[in-house]
Amino acid sequence: MSGGNYYVPDSSRYPIFAAVSLFLLVMGAGGTINGTANGAAVLYIGFASMAVTMFFWFRTVVQEHLAGLDSAQLKKSYVFGMAWFIFSEVMFFAAFFGALFYVRTFAVPWLAGEGEKGAPIEFVQEMGVDFWTGFESTWPVIATPDAGDGYVMADKSMAFPGWSHVLEWLPLWNTVILLSSSVTVHFAHLGLKNGSRKLFNRWLGATVGLAVIFLGLQAAEYYEAYAHYGLTLNSGIYGSTFFMLTGFHGFHVFLGCCMLSVMLVRSVFFNHFETHDHFGFEAASWYWHFVDVVWVMLFFFVYII
Amino acid sequence: MSAVIENHHDDHGHHGPAKGLKRWFYTTNHKDIGTLYLWFSFAMFLIGGAMAMIIRAELFQPGMQIVEPEFYNQMITLHGLIMIFGGVMPAFVGLANWLVPMMIGAPDMALPRMNNLSFWILPFAFFVLLSSLFMEGGAPNFGWTFYAPLSTTYAPPSTTFFIFSVHIMGASSIMGSINVIVTIMNMRAPGMGLMKMPLFVWSWLITAYLLIAVMPVLAGAVTMMLMDIHFGTSFFDAAGGGDPVLFQHIFWFFGHPEVYIMILPAFGIVSHIIETFSRKQLFGYSSMVWAMLSIAILSFVVWAHHMFTVGMPLAAELFFMWSTMLIAVPTGVKVFNWIATMFKGSITFETPMLFACAFVVLFTLGGFSGLMLAITPADFQYHDTYFVVAHFHYVLVPGAIFSIMAAVYYWIPKWTGNMYDERLGRLHFWLSFIGVNVTFFPQHFIGLAGMPRRIPDYALQFADWNMVSTAGAFLFGFSQVFFLFIVIKTVMGGKKATGEVWEGARGLEWTVDSPAPYHTFGTPPKVS
Repeated sequence: MSGGNYYVPDSSRYPIFAAVSLFLLVMGAGGTINGTANGAAVLYIGFASMAVTMFFWFRTVVQEHLAGLDSAQLKKSYVFGMAWFIFSEVMFFAAFFGALFYVRTFAVPWLAGEGEKGAPIEFVQEMGVDFWTGFESTWPVIATPDAGDGYVMADKSMAFPGWSHVLEWLPLWNTVILLSSSVTVHFAHLGLKNGSRKLFNRWLGATVGLAVIFLGLQAAEYYEAYAHYGLTLNSGIYGSTFFMLTGFHGFHVFLGCCMLSVMLVRSVFFNHFETHDHFGFEAASWYWHFVDVVWVMLFFFVYII
Repeated sequence: MSAVIENHHDDHGHHGPAKGLKRWFYTTNHKDIGTLYLWFSFAMFLIGGAMAMIIRAELFQPGMQIVEPEFYNQMITLHGLIMIFGGVMPAFVGLANWLVPMMIGAPDMALPRMNNLSFWILPFAFFVLLSSLFMEGGAPNFGWTFYAPLSTTYAPPSTTFFIFSVHIMGASSIMGSINVIVTIMNMRAPGMGLMKMPLFVWSWLITAYLLIAVMPVLAGAVTMMLMDIHFGTSFFDAAGGGDPVLFQHIFWFFGHPEVYIMILPAFGIVSHIIETFSRKQLFGYSSMVWAMLSIAILSFVVWAHHMFTVGMPLAAELFFMWSTMLIAVPTGVKVFNWIATMFKGSITFETPMLFACAFVVLFTLGGFSGLMLAITPADFQYHDTYFVVAHFHYVLVPGAIFSIMAAVYYWIPKWTGNMYDERLGRLHFWLSFIGVNVTFFPQHFIGLAGMPRRIPDYALQFADWNMVSTAGAFLFGFSQVFFLFIVIKTVMGGKKATGEVWEGARGLEWTVDSPAPYHTFGTPPKVS
């Protein structure tokens, strides 16, 4: 420990436990996917040990905080740390949005023979070679260049179904729910700032509730896609970008929901968080606003245009 | 909870490190973690180097002599991945861990436990990667750039494990970078404004920003690969409406900033060393900062110069040519500043200065060949030849790696309290300097003559220079074993170093004893 103002924790066994858990997780995940024996078992062990390690690690951090070991300067470290972590998440989504923009702007039109780079395809087609003839550049593109030879073509996309069906369109409801949850989490924050634990708990509970409803609707949408639209991961680039973008977003909603639930439990059962001292909750709410912004981007670029 | 409070009341303030292995497994001390990073990267440097020796031995003569082509492909892939992600990057993170808190007058890194996690992920990540050598179908064999469809449709099964190891390496890098940024933003001693920070600290602030911006993109790229291989998506398959070229775009959006991640900390190191051994204040401090910032920003808009021959629209070819050439401007500013710093200085050539001077000359040479490659029409001739291999080895070996060696010689007295053996250090420098040039300079010639990269066999007319190159490679390789010996010798003992170590060295790290106490700057120093 430093002896100065800044709290430097003593040596700790949590980090290396986390590293070992991560190692088991990836060996297990790789083994499961490649179908080696015991892969799944290793994966579950890794997952469980990661959860346990994180529980005790975070518990220690909370205890240190309650014991008054951290200073305003340490809090600033957490604030900066969370902000940069969210920035890294933004860049992760940027990769998938980038892929979406690239295929829409370049790859799909070229594959349909359009433009300078599509000319070779057009040329061989004119020579009478049966090379991806009939593939047209549209978006959403539910056809595939190989006309369903290796990939399964979907019957229907998730795009805007027209005004007559707008109320049956799940993404619209999901947008309403997620935007509302951003408002409710803000109300919870206001309640806390005004010193009302009751309001905080209620609004935070409402936020977690909305998060669960969102995840439920998202699951329903996926079921619809697989069962009735024929839209799967295997149905070409539309299915690929659709499921990867909404899937990773949904996974992040799940993580944010877990974070907020932990905060709710901490407040309801342990009376944690004070009017001027609640960065654990604030960090979770930042994360929540972040997944909300990602959804708005998704709604616009994946569902509407 | 009571345990936590008790711990706090114990006087831990002045005790040393824990005993035995626990010290290294559980440590939260930035100096311990820095040491772990540095030794880990040295180990990886030797493993990756051994693979380079296999590659060069096979290329000593035309024809197939030593390894199967399949194994050769695995060697070039792992050599690249290990040197970049296991050698150069962790070495710089190790230096950041040791030096940044001392340079800014902080008691430790901002988030010490996460710091430990960032390190300990790495040995496991590389265990996963190296274990792929023993899997059915062998290790990844598609080159370190893992272009689709080689890395998807035609990849060996071990690619799954390669993907996951890249994931956790990325997690390690992101956590490490968040730690560096937060430390620099939040932990500087009072009075140390941003424009008073040592340049190594500046270089790492910018590097960490680049890392947080691009490592997640790499994670996205390998995730798409995983999905394409195992879950039926078609990101990189034209038959499903995707595009293999999309992979290259995403990869190089990560890959080009990655190149600067491996050279910006070197700029910081070299600035300190040239300043010290010229016994003058660094010329153009603020222009150095702005140059690094410009390089970092430009690095996001040059990626497709790696893909000139892939078939991009003409506008893209031109844009990426010009933006790439623009980078030569801030880089030139830095080179001229270093030379201006040396101008009329009372220069002495201790080992760190020798490495730093070689860095300036040879890195510039690598920069020039980079400028040649940036010229789109010319690149159609150079693309995927040994000229490219020569180019990036010039910026990485006598560039990044020489700067790391310079840093080790420069700061090892501060780390261990012992001076290294100057005679041996200079011998190591000259062996490395000759070795690196004999290895890579001839590759310019065979590259321009048309020898393609990543092949185990070649046409007869390239035989002579390949033989020379291999001889140089073995000289360079063995001189690094000699380097290991010098480092161990210095750790074991040697002439005691003073606190200041070097006459005229500037910076807070020289105000503490050598070796630096286990905890430094418990109360922040005043910086005027």
